[in-house]
Amino acid sequence: MCLGVPGKITEIYQANDLLMGKIDFGGVIREACLSYVPEAKIGDYALIHVGFALNLLSEVEAKETLDLLNQIADIENELGPA
Amino acid sequence: MKHIDEYRDASLAKKIAAEISRQCNKHWTIMEICGGQTHSIMRYGLDQLLPETLELVHGPGCPVCVTALELIDKALFIAAQPKTIFASYGDMLRVPGSSGDLFSVRADGGDIRTVYSPLDAVKIAQQNPDKEVVFFGIGFETTAPANAMSVRLAKSLGIKNYSMLVSHVRVPPAMEAILSSPTNRVQGFLAAGHVCTVMGCWEYPSISQKHGVPIVVTGFEPVDILNGILKTIIQLENGQARVENAYPRLVTFEGNTQAQKIINEVFETCDRNWRGIGMIPLSGWRINPDFADFDAEIKFDVGDISTEESQLCIAGKILQGLKKPNECSEFGVSCKPEHPLGATMVSSEGACAAYYRYRFINSLSQGN
Repeated sequence: MCLGVPGKITEIYQANDLLMGKIDFGGVIREACLSYVPEAKIGDYALIHVGFALNLLSEVEAKETLDLLNQIADIENELGPA
Repeated sequence: MKHIDEYRDASLAKKIAAEISRQCNKHWTIMEICGGQTHSIMRYGLDQLLPETLELVHGPGCPVCVTALELIDKALFIAAQPKTIFASYGDMLRVPGSSGDLFSVRADGGDIRTVYSPLDAVKIAQQNPDKEVVFFGIGFETTAPANAMSVRLAKSLGIKNYSMLVSHVRVPPAMEAILSSPTNRVQGFLAAGHVCTVMGCWEYPSISQKHGVPIVVTGFEPVDILNGILKTIIQLENGQARVENAYPRLVTFEGNTQAQKIINEVFETCDRNWRGIGMIPLSGWRINPDFADFDAEIKFDVGDISTEESQLCIAGKILQGLKKPNECSEFGVSCKPEHPLGATMVSSEGACAAYYRYRFINSLSQGN
């Protein structure tokens, strides 16, 4: 129920009083409400849950998290198996 | 897929697991709140990568599982009414009520439809002006923005035949309840990443300080979960207890303030009965009086319903982290996903369903 999936916003438009968009999930296109992320731009990634974008994904934070984890992995390589 | 595949990298996951083993010297018990995380842990076998001194217990973060039996019975009552379309997320259809489930109401001629989004239910109401359309609004803070928006939209569009049977629950009061229990074993929490995408982290520092437990906001992919566990273990081994965000690509401290604003406009806080656990003060949301016309409990005058729970099911103990699914005598015997005794065997986030799908079936196929 709380599972959300990140998808790429490919279209933004108004419909039925709501800000809506088309979201690309690796080739599968779905519609989602963007009213909670009015700052969204085409090309942004958003977390989609039950047809709503709950937040935009920060590419900067994503890169930083992976960089930090890869540093841990490098240290593990030097130490060998635990 | 971008922003998913990177976090399923097996080699990176194994290295983080090795670092957890290196950091973990004492025995620790950590609870992952969210059932989605429980499923990831079982699906990818993450618990088997961890040291034996680290125990993961599974939390109550499965909205289908904790929706009160009384609410399920009210849903069955409303769904059986003439000229009524009952719309629900698919997970709810097989959840056992006191007598039967929504599937059995459908078999008896009830018009029950599964929808992907509450906006689909609003559309059904627009297309069927001669029928009452009731949406089963269950879920945690993650789902609340969508459900709240559907009510607000129906009001702004003047749609009179749409209403919601609300069973919303909130995570922080449940964490308080678990930590305050005399039988509590939880020493650290993985907080639910998508709940925090909406609500932020601001509700957690007071809980962390009061109970002296680390709370680490954690995502759902294997690398995310191991990262959350690593941060929790480092805090525990160093005698720290603070809120840490291991999911910053989607979670900020303040959360999505626009979503919180709409939730507070449509819902108000209330006491809520959790199935298997009992009443937790101020742990729910209900429709506030300004939107009373959209409250299905008022519209259908369901009143009080007497309920009857299975005597064999130990879902309550499982949801509080006191028992594991495979410790239940009925697990895989009289209780299976196709014939569940309790909701934890139904939901895609239920701990019993996760153990059944990823452990029990595998052990059978391997002849163990």
